[in-house]
Amino acid sequence: MQPVERENYLNKEYGIGSWLLTTDHKRIALLYLISITFFFFIGGFFALLIRLELLTPASDLVQADTYNKLFTMHGQVMVFFFLIPSIPAVLGNFLVPMMIGAKDLAFPRINLLSWYIYIIAGALMMHCMLTGGVDTGWTFYTPFSTAFSNTKVIEAGLAIFISGFSSILTGLNFIVTIHRMRAPGMTWSRLPLFIWAHYATSIIQVLGTPVIAITLVLVVAERALHLGIFDPKLGGDPLLFQHLFWFYSHPAVYIMILPSMGVVTEIIACFSRKRIFGYGFVALSSIAIAVFGFLVWAHHMFVAGISVYAALVFSILSYAVAVPSAVKVFNWTATLYKGSIRYDAPMLYAFGFLGLFTMGGLTGLFLAALGINVHVHDTYFVIAHFHYIMVGGAVMGYLGGMHFWWPKISGKLYPEGWARLAALIVFIGFNLTFFPQFVLGYIGMPRRYADYSHMPEFQVLNVLSTAGATVLGVGYLLPMIYFLWSMRYGKPASDNPWNAAGLEWKTASPPPTFNFDEEPVVTWEAYNYDELDAPNKQEVPIVG
Amino acid sequence: MSVHAKSSPLKTYFAVWIALLFGTFLTYEVAKIDLGPFNAAVALIIATTKALLVALFFMHLKGAGERLLKLVVISTIFFLFILLGLAMADYGTRGYH
Amino acid sequence: MSDSSVVAVHGEAHGGTDDPALRHHFATEEQQRNASSLGMWIFLATEVMFFGGLFCSYLIYRHWYFGDFAAASKSIDAALGGTNTAVLICSSLTVVLAIWAAQTAQRTLMLAMLILTMLFGLAFLGIKGKEYKDKFDEHHVPGSSFSFEHEQIPGHPDQYANPRHAEIFFALYFIMTGLHALHMIVGLGVFTWLLTMAWKGRFTPHYHTPLEIGGLYWHFVDIVWIYLFPLLYLIDRHP
Repeated sequence: MQPVERENYLNKEYGIGSWLLTTDHKRIALLYLISITFFFFIGGFFALLIRLELLTPASDLVQADTYNKLFTMHGQVMVFFFLIPSIPAVLGNFLVPMMIGAKDLAFPRINLLSWYIYIIAGALMMHCMLTGGVDTGWTFYTPFSTAFSNTKVIEAGLAIFISGFSSILTGLNFIVTIHRMRAPGMTWSRLPLFIWAHYATSIIQVLGTPVIAITLVLVVAERALHLGIFDPKLGGDPLLFQHLFWFYSHPAVYIMILPSMGVVTEIIACFSRKRIFGYGFVALSSIAIAVFGFLVWAHHMFVAGISVYAALVFSILSYAVAVPSAVKVFNWTATLYKGSIRYDAPMLYAFGFLGLFTMGGLTGLFLAALGINVHVHDTYFVIAHFHYIMVGGAVMGYLGGMHFWWPKISGKLYPEGWARLAALIVFIGFNLTFFPQFVLGYIGMPRRYADYSHMPEFQVLNVLSTAGATVLGVGYLLPMIYFLWSMRYGKPASDNPWNAAGLEWKTASPPPTFNFDEEPVVTWEAYNYDELDAPNKQEVPIVG
Repeated sequence: MSVHAKSSPLKTYFAVWIALLFGTFLTYEVAKIDLGPFNAAVALIIATTKALLVALFFMHLKGAGERLLKLVVISTIFFLFILLGLAMADYGTRGYH
Repeated sequence: MSDSSVVAVHGEAHGGTDDPALRHHFATEEQQRNASSLGMWIFLATEVMFFGGLFCSYLIYRHWYFGDFAAASKSIDAALGGTNTAVLICSSLTVVLAIWAAQTAQRTLMLAMLILTMLFGLAFLGIKGKEYKDKFDEHHVPGSSFSFEHEQIPGHPDQYANPRHAEIFFALYFIMTGLHALHMIVGLGVFTWLLTMAWKGRFTPHYHTPLEIGGLYWHFVDIVWIYLFPLLYLIDRHP
């Protein structure tokens, strides 16, 4: 029954050398997939220990010094080694050339270099963690990090410095590719919004990452040479570090969410069988988020000692940055209206994203209000806010995208029943974990505390949160298991099992090494679902 | 557009070179004159003029047909100014220190 | 956007020419050249932001400690700094002349200009080394042996510079010029490779893209120094 297997990017060559020396963007995407999944486990492991510690008010599982290392390394690994690369390096690498009708990215060898830089940085980070770790918080605030911490700040700083170059090179590659490698007829207004989202993300990666790079250089220099750039005793200003750090790290959160928004746009269009409402607005809102995202960084510093006039300016700008995100939410909702909705697993993740991202975004506005910020800064309210966006938003989008494009990537269908169950478990587990944290923060539980025995009434909500985390963990494990299962036992996928719009669906699943047998010439608009669903169309959606 | 644009004639290159050397000499000498707060402004104006000459003529930004490269340069400078400007918005209005 | 979005359609994997420099995923040499150029300009944008963080730090401390910075600035050798500026300007000229020579198929001139560029670069590093040595001898290198006592603030003969604040100036001086020198060294490496390729005859009027993008990098390093010179050396040179 097995037909002769068509040559594709997976079976073209075998052997570890053909993978480690590949310049095929699709193979590099899979190299990244394995690496970031590894770091997701590491970061998740730290999260597990944190939640276990917080089951009881006393600091009885670990001591405070160790707890400081746990939340630091959880943050560093999750931000720099999982979230920042996740969608761009996996889905972006795989899909950007295909979506624009190109054979590869503009600089395939630089793409491979980018992965190796990431691996070297990751190895250094692992070494740092295994030989003592770092306890400064992922934010590295000075002068603690430069003058007082007794942990491996320099090594961690260098690891993150190196990982930044991986991010920069990926962004650079995407920008040049999108400008120079589009197929004939693929004009800017026909690009999938996934591409617009990655274009905007790449702008942030390219312009923002160098600033944290130089900041880490300064931290390492200060610590190694006992300089006084950030040390008040020597005439330095700790707030200068915070300005430089947050100038990147705020836009960094948009690096983490914009690609996910791109994924959600593709999924919602496909599973509503409709063109995205307000294509132009959604495209431009991605660019607006990238630009505005650079204007708001000091909202992380409202109570740190900046001038009240600066605080006013940054507060107003932080309200403004919410607008383009809201525009997207409205456009997604309007797309759903009178759409022909299907509830396949990718769509369940997209729905989850819509609700959770909206909550995370709205609570960001609470934080942007100076008066409220004074009370909830450095509490679990902030932690809940950013996890709603990072996990409820970015990770849900990542999982939705992995499901949506899995048939294209692997040539196999994942088991739909298990996938819907997993999506539900993730959603329930997520809310159980993080909603109590909004309440905890609001009633006063500070973040980064191992011991909350001064307020034992916090325990109930903490127990709920830890229980939720366990459920969430199960929800994350399920896809890992059935994706692997499907590679061997899954039903073979057709070229376009979802009958979705987009050039990537016009080639085989899995695709040939050079993506298309013939260079595509685009003569249709994006999201032409009305044409795809027209009665005389022969393709019947095959969904497992 | 192609970087292969018609190369600037040699005359332009040498003229720019002379202008750059003159600018260096000028900034060195003007620094000796007391202009109060304007010393910094003059120095930066001269430096920016020199930088523009290098970018436009040596780096062939002027000859580039499409606007994309100029957009890259302008965007970068814009975000650099955001960093410098908004950071100074804090330091310039603190009132303490 | 008016960039080149329409690309010649080719059915084959290779763009129909025998040009060994054309990589398989590009349809035409023009597309490849435009991609390389855009890629280098974006890389230079990242470098601007990289140095930008240092300029931001410098700006803030110069604002806070103007007098101390002026005193520290006066102690570094502006004549050497100015000479270095001229050296780099000359090296930028030789770079564009090397490219012009490639465009007009003048192999000897191209090689001579490349070698001259590198000599200027080495001269720059040599002068920098002398400056660093002077600072080391005067105990102006930040760290345990730093000393900046009894240095008058220019224009205020009754006031002395705060050594801690002067040390911040020198920390920024060494980091900024040191990072710049590191970029120069990388630039010399790049030009060594370019010289090798030029020697082997790889550059023609038809193809010399590596020269052009290597040149872009070199000019950028020149531009950074154009700003470093007045900001570090010329804060207050009133006699």
